[in-house]
Amino acid sequence: MTAVPARPADSFREVLDASDISRALTRIAHEIVERNKGCDHLVLLGIPSRGVPLARRIAAKLSEIDHSHVPVGSIDITMYRDDLRLKPARALARTEVPPEGIDGRVVILVDDVLFSGRTIRAAMDAVSDLGRPQAIQLATLVDRGHRELPIRADYVGKNLPTAQSEAVHVKLTELDDQDSVMLGVDAQ
Amino acid sequence: MNTQRKTHLLSTTDLDRDAALQILDTAEELARVSDMPIKKMPTLRGRTVVNLFFEDSTRTRISFEAAAKRLSADVINFSGKGSSVSKGESLKDTALTLAAMGADAVVIRHSMSGAPHRLAHADWMDAHVINAGDGTHEHPTQALLDAFTLRQHLSDHITASGAGSTGLDGLHVAIVGDVLHSRVARSNVHLLNTLGAKVTVVAPPTLMPLHTDNWPCEGSYSLDGVLPNVDAVMMLRVQHERMDGGFFPSAREYSQRYGLTVQRAATMPDHAIVMHPGPMNRGLEIESRVADSPRSVIVDQVRNGVSVRMAVLYLLLGGSESALGDGAA
Repeated sequence: MTAVPARPADSFREVLDASDISRALTRIAHEIVERNKGCDHLVLLGIPSRGVPLARRIAAKLSEIDHSHVPVGSIDITMYRDDLRLKPARALARTEVPPEGIDGRVVILVDDVLFSGRTIRAAMDAVSDLGRPQAIQLATLVDRGHRELPIRADYVGKNLPTAQSEAVHVKLTELDDQDSVMLGVDAQ
Repeated sequence: MNTQRKTHLLSTTDLDRDAALQILDTAEELARVSDMPIKKMPTLRGRTVVNLFFEDSTRTRISFEAAAKRLSADVINFSGKGSSVSKGESLKDTALTLAAMGADAVVIRHSMSGAPHRLAHADWMDAHVINAGDGTHEHPTQALLDAFTLRQHLSDHITASGAGSTGLDGLHVAIVGDVLHSRVARSNVHLLNTLGAKVTVVAPPTLMPLHTDNWPCEGSYSLDGVLPNVDAVMMLRVQHERMDGGFFPSAREYSQRYGLTVQRAATMPDHAIVMHPGPMNRGLEIESRVADSPRSVIVDQVRNGVSVRMAVLYLLLGGSESALGDGAA
């Protein structure tokens, strides 16, 4: 998802630009407030790498809408993956639980792309090792379908019909110097 | 079981800077697990780690045991002590037994230098081998946890080295005591040098190895001359079990010239830390008041040991192929 496409950039087309992403996150923030009747007991946990800046952006929008501070953290799911044994061991990302903790709160997992659902399955296992939230919800910038587990997102920025062979590349200014979502086919 | 060549951690000389930093960075993330309410991850579920200890070492063994258990591996403790079979045969038979039990990794402590290398490369079994101390040769995970502790406590004194993660550049570390018999010293000299630190080994002439010329470090017989210029001092244990050669006239004389007393510690820079791999001989190589002073990071070393060993187990066993280089060199 994050790899630089090996083929010329024109094999990828932009499906969301910076303003589309911003609008989608604003809508997600409003839906979060509506659904949870405020932001009192929320914690946003971003899934590295691109879920983390997305979680921060949603938190910033929440504080604009509701004038309340929503704690933001990150949760690395590497050690909980079900495909660990199929790939080389990889470097770990940061898990950072906000000082407020997650017990009794509504945890909203934030990721850039929802695909097979396996990442979210791993994230839910990781969350349950951190404590017992009142509920876990899921926000994703792009839902590209092809689920392999019974998992769905509560908040979706954009439903993007894709073929299995296609790839979705999310770029965010915090990590990639621009905001865009591209759809295309990675060269083998 | 796959047929790939297994990777091992036998010596710090097998680790290049990137591999060493990868272990330290991984350990840093895993250290956070110890602060969580549930100190356990499912990563190595169904894997078997055997602690094969031919020498007594409760500290190292329970550290490896805690690390493996926090990653959900099954742990079998195999004490090889008291075996009357000759050493070569015994190791082979043990290896065959472990292979039959399906060990995925063997953590070995042996009084003979090179035993882990033999176990790893003799084709007796198909498991990752981790050296937990062999004779007077190496003790790589101790050096890794020492490097981790140095990086943790002296981050303000490390020279930044470009974009990558921080090493130990610019630090000066003295390793003091029985360097001749110390596997901790050997492993540290190489690893700390790889990570960019300057190392000075300090020992009485009788306990200084003959061939330190090939070591990437300096040597000195004078502790007092070195202490004012160090960022950290690592006191080695005087190993009574290896002290049958009359290496120094008396414990008192050793302690007078090479013990870290309160007066000596006061000559170190304010930020300098005191380390010891344990177990300590209080009053011999280190005075009690120094071991318990704020400079002392000895308890942190023990805590970091678990995180570093988790990192090593994860990187060797966690994926389909190990993230660490092969120890065949």
